[in-house]
Amino acid sequence: MKKALLLTLVIALFVGVMPSLAQDDVFRVAAVAPSATNDLAFSQSMHDALMAIQMQMGEDAFQFDFQDGTFIVDDAAVALREWAASGDYDLVIAHGSQFGSVVEELAAEFPEVSFAWGTDFNTFGMDNVSAYTAAADQGGFVNGVMAGLMTESGVIGVVGPIEVGDAKLYVDGFVAGVGASNPEATVNVVYIQSFSDVPQATEAAETHIANGADILTGTAQMVVGPIAIANENGARWFGTQASQAELAQGAGVAFQVYKWDVVLSEIVANIQAGDLGGQSYELTLANGGLVMEFDA
Amino acid sequence: MGLDDIFTASVFASAIRLATPYIFAALGETFAQRSGVLNLGVDGIMLMGAFGGFYAVHLAQTAGVMAEPLGLLMGVLVALIVGGLMGLAMAFVSVTLKAKQGISGIGVYLFGLGLSELLFQQWVGTPKSVAGFPRISFPILTDIPILGEIFFHHNLLVYVAFALVPLSAFVLNRTTFGLMIRAVGQNPEAADAMGVSVARVRYATTTIGGMLAGLAGASLSIALINLFQQNLTAGQGFIAVALVYFGGWRPLAVAAGAMLFSFVNALQLQIKVIGADIPSEFAVMAPYVITIIALVFATKRQEQPTALTKPYERGE
Repeated sequence: MKKALLLTLVIALFVGVMPSLAQDDVFRVAAVAPSATNDLAFSQSMHDALMAIQMQMGEDAFQFDFQDGTFIVDDAAVALREWAASGDYDLVIAHGSQFGSVVEELAAEFPEVSFAWGTDFNTFGMDNVSAYTAAADQGGFVNGVMAGLMTESGVIGVVGPIEVGDAKLYVDGFVAGVGASNPEATVNVVYIQSFSDVPQATEAAETHIANGADILTGTAQMVVGPIAIANENGARWFGTQASQAELAQGAGVAFQVYKWDVVLSEIVANIQAGDLGGQSYELTLANGGLVMEFDA
Repeated sequence: MGLDDIFTASVFASAIRLATPYIFAALGETFAQRSGVLNLGVDGIMLMGAFGGFYAVHLAQTAGVMAEPLGLLMGVLVALIVGGLMGLAMAFVSVTLKAKQGISGIGVYLFGLGLSELLFQQWVGTPKSVAGFPRISFPILTDIPILGEIFFHHNLLVYVAFALVPLSAFVLNRTTFGLMIRAVGQNPEAADAMGVSVARVRYATTTIGGMLAGLAGASLSIALINLFQQNLTAGQGFIAVALVYFGGWRPLAVAAGAMLFSFVNALQLQIKVIGADIPSEFAVMAPYVITIIALVFATKRQEQPTALTKPYERGE
């Protein structure tokens, strides 16, 4: 009888301890992103960053689940809640500024789970929330300076999504950059009010070309259309978020590439040290989180 | 900023380009609805057509197995076949199984949305461009000031779309097949009594609708944008369904609706590009608001096909 009790106790202890041992050995991350992991833009930049960290730490020390295409906040919320409730993850990432209210709600409900979200600075005053953003205006300014110097027609077209977050920062930085290098140049900016409407972005780019633009830029996953238009019409393309050199082919000039692994490494290290969050992080050209890549 | 800066030739040319996928998809949906089948899956079929057409051209061009015009025609053929098959599936569900057309249409849409995305991820990966249908330059015509830019410098599929408008009107109004379609949509019992197979006609129109929706998708992926990305159509198929109501189930009026919607869209883009100080949210809303207003007045004048959305059961 005593032996049976002892055996039961040992098995119970073993079963109880095993999951936490697994969690100690492997740092597990789960992330949602609004578009595809190969969007050549926002979601791809995060997926690339998680892959980079996995390369650094090794697959046996760092693993991640990535749910892409969750543009609808309610869909993302379901995944985020399941991950938080499971207790299997050391960090849950909501990659998209539209997910803020969901993160705020879940972080309060699961105070022992670490959340990160962006692009934003707001941690909601919670100790288990990290916020991250990109100083996209910096690379935007660099791109703008080059565009201002390169334009021959003196007209530059910008296709933006919605005037929020890093998209607005990039466009504002780009316009300022053109102004700094070529005050005579005209920069026409169109926000199409969508991150994903490729046909509309394509026609906006066509309209820019029809109005004399010889250089185009834009941000968000719908820029694949404007890139194709730049290519077709012999215009040059300046990109951001990820390198679009392959799609842009000869049209590409420079790309501001987000290296989210710079801030994610810091967040991971802090969590491993027992600090679940409470800080904001920013990618900049100075800290290597923003990198300019050229395809001239 | 004057009216000359706003109403440029490029705005009218842009409207014609923008209208192309709507015309294909809405004409196809007109056939289906005139026979009594409401297919809300148009957008999903467009996505599958867009992917199928793109992938065929992508394969032909990367493998170098086909000369350029043949590869593009293969893309069109694949889009037609894929669209036709999805239309056939919709017909099976709504005509043979007599399922609720609204729900089955949404199912077809979600299927197309998901499958096109999955196949793109598995077979292509990142967005890649293809050499799509080039713009045609007509001798003399293209060089005519203003009119040349508006009418005579588009790709082949744009002209095919506009050519289909009178052709569709002719088929619906002047042929025996058109008469059968209208009879089946208006009074299937009477049509049946006259020996017309309601099921066969509805199968035919829904399949034709699917083929044209597939072609609408291909007009984006291998003629106007020349690449594929997840959810490339961005809901254009749903606009096409609305345009059928707008046009009162008449091809010429449906095409006019597509042109109106696209013209306002092109105009708001031009106004924003030249720097008019209006909030972009209002400008983006403009085509939808104007179309809804026009829809309210248009549908008051038109009676929809009596048997629309109603499955036919002999003897009921």
